[in-house]
Amino acid sequence: MSRLTHVDLRVPFLHKMLKNPVMPASGCFSFGEEMRQFYDLNLLGAIVVKATTLDERQGNPTPRIAETPAGMLNAIGLQNPGVQAVLAHELPRLKDFRTLPVIVNVAGTAIEDYVEVVKALNSSEVVSMLELNISCPNVKCGGIQFGTDPMMASEMVKAIKAVSHFPVIVKLSPNVTDIVSMALAVEEAGADAISLINTLIGMQIDLEKRRPLLANGIGGLSGPAVKPVAVRMVYEVSQKVHVPVIGIGGIRTGEDAIEFLMAGASAVQVGTANFTDPYACPTIIEQMEAWCKEHGVAKVEQLIGAAWRK
Amino acid sequence: MSLVKVLSQRPIADQLFSITIESPSDLRKGYEPGQFLHFRITDSFDFTLRRPLSICKVDLKKRQITVVYRASGEGTRRLSRLLPGEQVDVIGPLGHGFPMHDEDQHAILIGGGIGVPPMVELGRQLRNRQMKITSVVGFASKRQAILLDELAEFGDVIVLSQDGSIGEEGLVTDALTEALCADASRFYACGPTPMLKAVKETMQIHNVPGYLSLEERMGCGIGICVGCVHPIERDQKVTNRKTCKEGPVFLAQEVVFS
Ligand SMILES: Cc1cc2nc3c(=O)[nH]c(=O)nc-3n(C[C@H](O)[C@H](O)[C@H](O)COP(=O)(O)OP(=O)(O)OC[C@H]3O[C@@H](n4cnc5c(N)ncnc54)[C@H](O)[C@@H]3O)c2cc1C
Ligand SMILES: Cc1cc2nc3c(=O)[nH]c(=O)nc-3n(C[C@H](O)[C@H](O)[C@H](O)COP(=O)(O)O)c2cc1C
Ligand code: FES
Repeated sequence: MSRLTHVDLRVPFLHKMLKNPVMPASGCFSFGEEMRQFYDLNLLGAIVVKATTLDERQGNPTPRIAETPAGMLNAIGLQNPGVQAVLAHELPRLKDFRTLPVIVNVAGTAIEDYVEVVKALNSSEVVSMLELNISCPNVKCGGIQFGTDPMMASEMVKAIKAVSHFPVIVKLSPNVTDIVSMALAVEEAGADAISLINTLIGMQIDLEKRRPLLANGIGGLSGPAVKPVAVRMVYEVSQKVHVPVIGIGGIRTGEDAIEFLMAGASAVQVGTANFTDPYACPTIIEQMEAWCKEHGVAKVEQLIGAAWRK
Repeated sequence: MSLVKVLSQRPIADQLFSITIESPSDLRKGYEPGQFLHFRITDSFDFTLRRPLSICKVDLKKRQITVVYRASGEGTRRLSRLLPGEQVDVIGPLGHGFPMHDEDQHAILIGGGIGVPPMVELGRQLRNRQMKITSVVGFASKRQAILLDELAEFGDVIVLSQDGSIGEEGLVTDALTEALCADASRFYACGPTPMLKAVKETMQIHNVPGYLSLEERMGCGIGICVGCVHPIERDQKVTNRKTCKEGPVFLAQEVVFS
C-alpha cells in the first residue's frame, strides 16, 4: 500500500458534512468556553455541550469524582445553570464557530421537563441538533429510568420529536441487558440518530472511612476501562438500526476512534480523555489522519462498519 | 500543556518531597500564590486523572518552579520517583490564587500539613509589600514538619503538632488568639477541610477577614467536568462553584461548610 498524502476526514451526519468524525462528549467539555484557551474549536467535527435541564441544578455533594483502574467514576448529578441561562449566556458564545454543528444535551426528570427544555431551545440560532440524555445514572429519578425501559424510552422520544425543530440524537445507557432492543425502540419512536454509551454504574469504597467514596454512593464509570463494552454495543446496534450511530466510551487515541468507526459508528465522542489531556480531541484527529495515510485509506468514511460480519 | 524537565527532587521530611521543574511556558504570563499546577503522572493507562499541587516557590530568573508534596497515594508516590532530567507533563498555573492588599499591615498565614507549601510563595510576595507576617502552621508530628526555615524569613512562625513532638501540642486554631489577631489585617489559610472550617469560625470571632484555599477532588482542573465544586454563598444565594476555575481560593465568609 502506498502512503497517501491526503486523507478526506469528512463524514456525513444527519444532512450535514462533519469536517471530521470527532466531537467532545457531553459533560466533558462544559459549554466550550474553557477549552478555547487550549485550541481552536473549529478543528472539531462538532461541539456537544453539558446536559441542560429546565431549572438550574446544583448537582450532588462532593466527592463527585474518583479515579479507577484505566478510568474514573463521576456523580456530578447534572449540575447546570438551567436552559434559560444556557440560552442567554452559554450558547451565544459559540456563535463564532459557525462551521460547527452545536449539539445540546438535554436532560430532566420527567417527560414534561424535557419537552419544556426542547421548546425553549427551538428559538436558538446556535443549536443544530439535540442529544437526548435518557441515560444519566446520577440523578435520583428520571434520566436513566427512561434509558432502561424500551416503552418509556419510546414515549419520551415521541414526545420530544413532536416538538423539536432539530434532529434528535438519543443517547443510550449501557446499563441494560439488551441494548439492541433499546436502540430499536428509540429508532421506531423517531430518533434521527443514536449515541452510545453513557457511563456504566459503578462504586468505589473508601477503606479508611469504610463507606462509598462518592458522596452519591454510586457513580458512572468512564474512560479506557469501558471501551470494549462500548465497541461491542456499537457493533451490535449499528448493524440493526438504519439511523447513524455515534460511538462513545474510552476513546483516547486515533486508533481507538478508528476502532469505533470499524465497529459501525459514523462519528465518535471523546469524554474522559479531555481530562487527562485537554488537547485530546485535536490529537485524536491528527492520529486518525496519520493512521489513514499509513494504511492507504483515502476517505475515513470508508471505514464505517468495516468490521461487520459480511 | 507543557512537557518540562525535572531539575531536582529530594525528600524533605517523612513521605514529603520537594520537586523543582522548569517553569511551564504559561507561567511567564504571570501567576499568583495559591494557584496550582496540574501534573500528569504518566502517559500510561494507570492514571486517568492529573494531580493538583500548589505552587510553593517560583524563581522567575532561573525559570524554575518548586512544588512540595506528600507521597500519599499511587500517583504522588510515582511522582516522587521522577529523576532529574526526566520530563513531566504539567498544565498551569491554574485557578485563582490569594488576592494581596497593599494597604494591609499584618497578615497571618495559616497552613495545615500539605496546606503549608503555598504559604511560602504568598509570604515572599507579601513581604515584598513590606507588611508584618506571622505564620501559624500545624503538622501531625515533627516528622512531617516542612518549610519552617522558609517561613521564618518572613516573620514569626508559630508551630503546632498534634502529638506535641514539635512546637506546642494542639491545632492551628489554638494559636489564633485574641492577642495575635488584635492588629491583624487579614488571614490566609490552606489545609484540610475541618481545619479550614475551624479557622473560618475562629477568625470570624476575632473579626479578621481572610481567604481559604479549598481542597476538592478534581477531574479536569480546567473547569470542564464540574467535579470539584464547593458551596459558595454570594448575594444570599448558595451555589456550587468550581474550585479549579473560580478557586481554589475564596473569601472565607463566602465558603459554606456543612
Ligand atoms: C488545589 C489543590 C492544591 C493542592 N496542593 C497540594 C500541595 O501543594 N502539596 C500536596 O502534598 N498536596 C496538595 N494537594 C493534594 C493533592 O492533590 C493530593 O494529595 C493528591 O492528588 C493525591 O494523589 P495520590 O495519587 O497520591 O492519591 P490517590 O488517593 O491515589 O488519588 C486518587 C484520586 O483522588 C484525588 N485525591 C486524593 N487525595 C486528595 C486530596 N487531598 N485533595 C484533592 N484530591 C485528592 C487524586 O487527585 C486522584 O484523583 C492539593 C490539592 C488541591 C485540590
Ligand atoms: C464528569 C462527566 C460528566 C458527564 N456528564 C454528562 C452529561 O451531562 N450528559 C451526558 O449525556 N453524558 C455525560 N457524561 C457521559 C459522557 O458523555 C460519556 O458518555 C461517557 O463518559 C463515556 O465516554 P468516555 O469514556 O470517553 O468518557 C459525563 C461523563 C463524565 C466523566
Ligand atoms: S476539576 Fe473539572 S471543573 Fe474543576
